[in-house]
Amino acid sequence: MDAVKRYFRSPAAVVGLLLLLAVIAMAISAGWLYPRDPLSLAGRPLIWPFSNPRFLLGTDNSGRDIAAQIFHGARIALLIGGAATVIAVVIGVLIGAFAGYFGGWVDTVLMRITEAFQILPNFVLLLVLVAVFGSTLTTVTIAVGIVSWPAPARLTRAEFLSLRNREFVQAGRTLGMKDLQLILGEILPNALPPVIVYASVVMAVAILLESALAFLRLSDPNVASWGNLIGLGRDVLRVQWYVAAIPGIAILLTVLAVSLVGQGLNDALNPRLKGR
Amino acid sequence: MRILSLAGRRLAASIPTLLLILIGIFLLLQFAPGDTVDAMMAQMGGGDAATARELRKFYGLDLSIPLQLGNYLWRLVRFDLGFSSIYGKPVATVILERLPPTLLLMTASLSFAFFAGLVLGVIAARGVNKWPDTLISTLGLIFYATPSFWFGLMAIVVFSVYLQWLPAGGFEDIGAAATGLARTLDIASHLVLPTLTLGLIFLAIYLRIMRASMLEVLNLDFVRTARAKGLDETRIVVRHVLRNALLPMVTLIGLQAGTMLGGSVVVESVFSLPGLGRLAYESVVQRDLNTLLGIVFVSALLVIAVNFLVDLLYARLDPRITAGT
Repeated sequence: MDAVKRYFRSPAAVVGLLLLLAVIAMAISAGWLYPRDPLSLAGRPLIWPFSNPRFLLGTDNSGRDIAAQIFHGARIALLIGGAATVIAVVIGVLIGAFAGYFGGWVDTVLMRITEAFQILPNFVLLLVLVAVFGSTLTTVTIAVGIVSWPAPARLTRAEFLSLRNREFVQAGRTLGMKDLQLILGEILPNALPPVIVYASVVMAVAILLESALAFLRLSDPNVASWGNLIGLGRDVLRVQWYVAAIPGIAILLTVLAVSLVGQGLNDALNPRLKGR
Repeated sequence: MRILSLAGRRLAASIPTLLLILIGIFLLLQFAPGDTVDAMMAQMGGGDAATARELRKFYGLDLSIPLQLGNYLWRLVRFDLGFSSIYGKPVATVILERLPPTLLLMTASLSFAFFAGLVLGVIAARGVNKWPDTLISTLGLIFYATPSFWFGLMAIVVFSVYLQWLPAGGFEDIGAAATGLARTLDIASHLVLPTLTLGLIFLAIYLRIMRASMLEVLNLDFVRTARAKGLDETRIVVRHVLRNALLPMVTLIGLQAGTMLGGSVVVESVFSLPGLGRLAYESVVQRDLNTLLGIVFVSALLVIAVNFLVDLLYARLDPRITAGT
């Protein structure tokens, strides 16, 4: 409970939480407020924002409601960001846990693989994955997850290295517990908190990666993604710049919210490291 | 020379990793629908099966996968990256042509992010929790959350469309055909917006690390000693704190080299710069897998090279690193 109190004492963390709740509310309410397909034609193309009460944020080049795309885009951003983060953290934790617990050649092999992923620019690898497996919502999400796991893996490995010879682990070993029991039941719960906090960074980067991919028109074109809309708005950038501007602000605020919440959690859970 | 051997050992250690990357990517591309020959046939407007078979035989695509992999690695050793059917040139030539704009962009962005981050980080740390610190830290958070391609587009709207100060894209004016200084200035004016765009996220990261690192070093004993000697604050920061606080910043250059290359894919597309990143994007769209594989190889080499340089620099900044091992 101390941590909760500490969390709410930081104004930045509270702002982040409010922003994140707003984005989640948008994602939930999208179905009620804009029941129609956000990618269907709604009116005249290129209506400026606030000029027509029916389209609060205006319409894009092909006459689709921008507000509807923003609300439905919140779903896609949270879905892709969340799912990709889960994938990255699960892979990262497994690899980091095995490398840190067993050490020796297991560690060497697993860390070589991690290094290989870190040497490759993650966006270039993402391009290769999309080129090979195509760009549906599922493949893009998995691909973003696959390029994001090395950092959580390194973090987990470091935690395991410092925990694996502690007394509670030795006690477990003396009791005859199996390796897998020790890893999952004893060490992992203690190693997890910093990894969970770091997941916010992974999620922020995942949302940015997907939007960049969508902007290049290499993500799923059949979903209302904010990046897709920016890519579309680029064609009319010189005069109707609002088409690209509005979804960009949505991405900015969402990523900001996720990182603020992450930082707030970090400061609340590790009060001694505050301000780092 | 100890430092050179140390960095050299790290360099040698990256060879197996590089091999791992190449084998992994090669096997991955085997899953790709359609091969180079399919892409070529599509370019030629179709053809019969016999021609396709001929071509496959010519490019060695009819061999078994392990044999193809062996061939590929052996060609890489001789720095032969294969032939790009889309560009009608060897891949190595295509990549070499596209490398200079990317290297220029990366160097410029890195310098901008590093020095601006350094200065802002020092200012923030000097007045910790006062208004300059709050302002700088908030800006850092916002920069970090800004999608770079979006920032680039908005910069085009403001600086190219409305103010008309800077060109909206391209590497140089084709019509100008200038030489010497005029050409340099022309290229520089084209690179201002891309540099700012690519550097922004890294600026945010550098300033955060610099601030934290300054705060940590400012609390160490030797700083108190320097203060006790009666040195003025500027001298303490510049001569005593900065050098020690720089270490994490330098480490970050190596860690971020890959991210920066990835970022240049997007930035080069926004500003239509003829660089490596744009080439990567084009080869994905055109299914030019040979070129894509070559780019992966070259970007891995680049990242390894940057890390080698960082190792050298690191040891110069902190002599203890060479003394220890």
